[in-house]
Amino acid sequence: MADFEPVLLANVGKADSWTLPVYEQNGGYQAIRKVLGGMSPVDVIETVKSSGLRGRGGAGFPTGLKWTFLPKDHPGPIYMCVNADESEPATFNNRILMEDDPHQVIEGIMLGCFATRARVAYLYIRVEYPTAYKRLQSAIDECYATGKLGQNINGTDFSLDIFLHRGAAAYICGEETGLIESLEGKRAWPRIKPPFPAVEGAFRKPTVVNNIETLACLPHIINRGVDWFKSIGIPSTGPRDPGSYGPKLYCVSGHVEKPGCYEAPLGLTTRELIERFGGGVWKGRKGKMSVPGGVSMGLMTEKEWDIPLDFAGPGKVGCLGLGTAAVTVMDETVGIFDYLTYTCRFFAHESCGQCTPCREGTSWSERILQRIMAGKGRLKDIELLNTIGNSIGITPGTTICGLADGAAWPMKNAVTKYRDEMEAFIKKTNPNGWGVEDAVEALQLVQLGH
Amino acid sequence: MAAGTANGVTWTKPILTPEIRAEISAYFPRYPNKQAVTLPALHIVNEKLRCVPMEAIPEIAEMLELSPAQVHDTLSFYGFFKAEPHGTVRAWVCRSISCALRGGDEVLDAMCNKLGVKPGGMTADGKVTLEFGECLGVCEHAPAMLANDKVYKNMTAEQAGLLADELRAQADAGG
Repeated sequence: MADFEPVLLANVGKADSWTLPVYEQNGGYQAIRKVLGGMSPVDVIETVKSSGLRGRGGAGFPTGLKWTFLPKDHPGPIYMCVNADESEPATFNNRILMEDDPHQVIEGIMLGCFATRARVAYLYIRVEYPTAYKRLQSAIDECYATGKLGQNINGTDFSLDIFLHRGAAAYICGEETGLIESLEGKRAWPRIKPPFPAVEGAFRKPTVVNNIETLACLPHIINRGVDWFKSIGIPSTGPRDPGSYGPKLYCVSGHVEKPGCYEAPLGLTTRELIERFGGGVWKGRKGKMSVPGGVSMGLMTEKEWDIPLDFAGPGKVGCLGLGTAAVTVMDETVGIFDYLTYTCRFFAHESCGQCTPCREGTSWSERILQRIMAGKGRLKDIELLNTIGNSIGITPGTTICGLADGAAWPMKNAVTKYRDEMEAFIKKTNPNGWGVEDAVEALQLVQLGH
Repeated sequence: MAAGTANGVTWTKPILTPEIRAEISAYFPRYPNKQAVTLPALHIVNEKLRCVPMEAIPEIAEMLELSPAQVHDTLSFYGFFKAEPHGTVRAWVCRSISCALRGGDEVLDAMCNKLGVKPGGMTADGKVTLEFGECLGVCEHAPAMLANDKVYKNMTAEQAGLLADELRAQADAGG
């Protein structure tokens, strides 16, 4: 750790870091030159496969392997969709890459497209990121003006166009097939898989969907090599574990002194992130719990803060996974129902409505929580939340996409880890009614905007 | 012929002026079909009119060779496009967990009080529309707001009061 040298954020903070001259002065566009100078697409795929790079968007699927699912010898077109819909609460690592080092992102897209033989890349960016949009567009314009994008790049037969495509404030567009539907001009309802996008994606053509940070790793893997990448992180523990290699951007926010985005080897613990980077829990208070990687991933208690935040770690304490490695820290003043209220409200608002268990389950859970917060909770509601959590999502097999799993995990983890506090809160706030078994009437939702 | 007017914005048929049509058409070569230009077209109209009026939908549909229902279906899925014009300035207060932990709710309340609106509402003078946003992705500067493409960082309830005046001034200056 002591000799770890950040690469993804190396340019962040430099003057005009988002311009082409600054990127090139710092070694930019050497990787694509190297690749165009003598590597084949198969060489690049094999390099990325050997590096063990896994997707940074949340699911952690091995990137090189994902690319091999594209049909061989396809006449084209093959599309690249770049997922910059970063909407997972507490996650902002991709925003920083796009705002402060857009050329690193573009070089990553070039390498990914070269490897997959995609000749058009659509970068789907959420509308809430106006600065990232402008910086990316200006960087793309610089590339066209200098022959780095367009036809026959560097005099080779490699041609590439990158188009920015703005979303319209819908979390579901970060799900890869929801993104594709939205790109096609439709409501962003995720598709039933298979077929996977690699076989039938955007415009019914083979499509690879990669996250911004995943692509930003590619120039460094090409420049520094597989051995360098594999020297960072947590190695595989056996044939069924693909390992957690490479640098990772960790976001930390909430109740810490110095919220921010920090680069570290995969496998940093929550406690290290808070103490070494985040300046400790704020106001000298004690930490109580945290979200491991975006609210979708569930809840960790302070006692679990020494678990490594790698692809395997959060699952060992009942969380859904590493997710986006965006940690939200909550101090001792935060109640478990405060946390659940914010979390469930988000998913109720963002469920796309396609699958009934998710549409109904997320809004029921929000209504139950608002009723509990209004002092009308019943002990029975704890089991009700748990039942909803166990009934919605890909895990029980009732929904098309994982949004509902993300909505379920906070409820399930809360009930498992904080049942005593939940019971005590309900008994205290509803001294006369906590034992009621019968159905009770829902409240009018407090907040507008549904 | 005036097709509609609200909050200082008037639109006449055809709503898609030659300029708007040219802007939309410029997107066609980017995609293998015209339906993919739905979101870009909605954004273009929205930027001009601060809304996408119902009357615009058949015109967009005709350009994209779609049924108006297809365009409306897509439009209505996203919370971003409204049928009536939003205020000259459109502002979002983040209400997600990382902002809430550092006072986001208080900022939203203060903005609402100062502007005299509920979340989603527009000031009576039509200058500012205030909405809540789900995570704006600036959690390192929580609580955060977004208005006129600018992020307002580390907000407090007191600053919210000052910002409300500033947003009104921005509206007076043309948004």
